[in-house]
Amino acid sequence: MVHNALPLQWRKYPERYYLKGNYCENCKTSFFPQRSICPNCRRKGKLVEKDTPFTGKIVSWTEVSVAPFGFENETPYFLAIIEMENKAKILAQIVDSKKEKIKTGARVTKKFRKISDIDPEGAIAYGYKFKVVE
Amino acid sequence: MRSVSIIGTGLTKFGEHWDKSFRELIAEAGVKAIESAKIEGKTIEAIYGGCMASGRLIGQEHIGALIADQLGLNPIPSTRVEAACASGGVALRSGILAISSGTYDIVAVGGIEKMTEVSTEAASFALGGAGDQETELFHGATFPSLYALMARRHMEEFGTTEEQMAMCSVQAHKNGVNNPHSQFQREITVEDVMQSGYVASPLKLLDCSPITDGAATLILCETEKAKKMGLENAVEIIASTQASDSLALTGRKSLTEMAATKIAVKEAYEKTKLEPKDIDLVELHDCFSIANILAIEDLGFFKKGEGGKAVEKGKTSLNSEISVNPSGGLKCGHPVGATGVKQAIEIFEQLNGTAGKRQVKNAKIGMAHNVGGSGATAVIHIMKKT
Ligand SMILES: [Zn+2]
Repeated sequence: MVHNALPLQWRKYPERYYLKGNYCENCKTSFFPQRSICPNCRRKGKLVEKDTPFTGKIVSWTEVSVAPFGFENETPYFLAIIEMENKAKILAQIVDSKKEKIKTGARVTKKFRKISDIDPEGAIAYGYKFKVVE
Repeated sequence: MRSVSIIGTGLTKFGEHWDKSFRELIAEAGVKAIESAKIEGKTIEAIYGGCMASGRLIGQEHIGALIADQLGLNPIPSTRVEAACASGGVALRSGILAISSGTYDIVAVGGIEKMTEVSTEAASFALGGAGDQETELFHGATFPSLYALMARRHMEEFGTTEEQMAMCSVQAHKNGVNNPHSQFQREITVEDVMQSGYVASPLKLLDCSPITDGAATLILCETEKAKKMGLENAVEIIASTQASDSLALTGRKSLTEMAATKIAVKEAYEKTKLEPKDIDLVELHDCFSIANILAIEDLGFFKKGEGGKAVEKGKTSLNSEISVNPSGGLKCGHPVGATGVKQAIEIFEQLNGTAGKRQVKNAKIGMAHNVGGSGATAVIHIMKKT
């Protein structure tokens, strides 16, 4: 399974463990995950590594009841699109939060969690999930 | 650029074809199309076949070669086209470009997907490949959940309701009753949708398109040649446009519109000098009920934010303001690679006045709108009876 491939996970540590992103000094846009080419400026872009802030706010959310492979035991779980403080958007699960607190506009902060363990041959994948800030 | 017309169509029933293989479905739709065009198979010069996920769904790649082989059309060039759920629409566009460029006079365009060979979970995983594997699926996102994120935003920004979304499914099923190729031939109520259980809130099971097997084929011909051949049911394709957007939902400027749809349709309207009011029917990409609402807004039939109310008031039902999905749309079967081709077949039928009980009165101009993934690809075709 692609989710648990070892080289992939190794490459993704900076992104998935501490939200390493990048920033284009030409158009002043933050990206997460990192992009190889600034889509706004292309070759005129000046991309530099930059950490993404750990807090943001929910832009939209859903409660997933029918899960894909590897997430069957976690239903229901919440997914949200989060706008980070640098305007980059991230899709992630919302965990450890009261259901009624998960709503558009809620402030959330990054947590480090197990994401999936689909492939018995692969590694357990860890990464970011978010929690509502009370 | 030379004009291109559809001169023949072939469609299998959409449904769970446990008794038929991938290749049998291709053969069935292909032979029907060649017979309907009243041409000899050997006059076909090239094949473009749309298929999204055969590798995951049946373990078979190299679909281009398989199609030519199955139809006995070797050694003509045969190419698979993949653009997720827009594979069929993009295959059609590839066939059109091949003729309009002057390379060929007659080509076959196919669309195929066999989705019931694996479990629902495995099919969902395969379909997930239309999204961003690394930033969406990795985190447990499903296709319903991505559209649910758009639906929630639309509800909160414009007051769209779950009942209005449910109405989209109710209307689709109502039209599907009169389509013999539809997977379901039964009407449903708003109540049925509301009680069908959340898949990803606010979307419920009956807000979603089903898992389907099916194949569809079109025969395309250069328009002047079709006239010379005396093919009276030929339907001219007067615009074929396509646009791309970010693969992941997080890269979009807005969650309540599909920029790729807006850009592709704008180009199509400009090219044909038509306006939304000139379109008699549209086969649009309603993979989820919210997608219907987004599409009728993005295609210009209703103002942004007013799609839900328009559906509720019946403005999109058969022979109303704009006849949306007379075939039943994707709610009546969505074999992903075949859908874009099937949409064109429905318009061909409608413009020829052969759609039976689901016929749109005086249908002169039809539009097909096919979307890949959560909106990363959009294809528009406008067709006219010549
Ligand atoms: Zn830039």
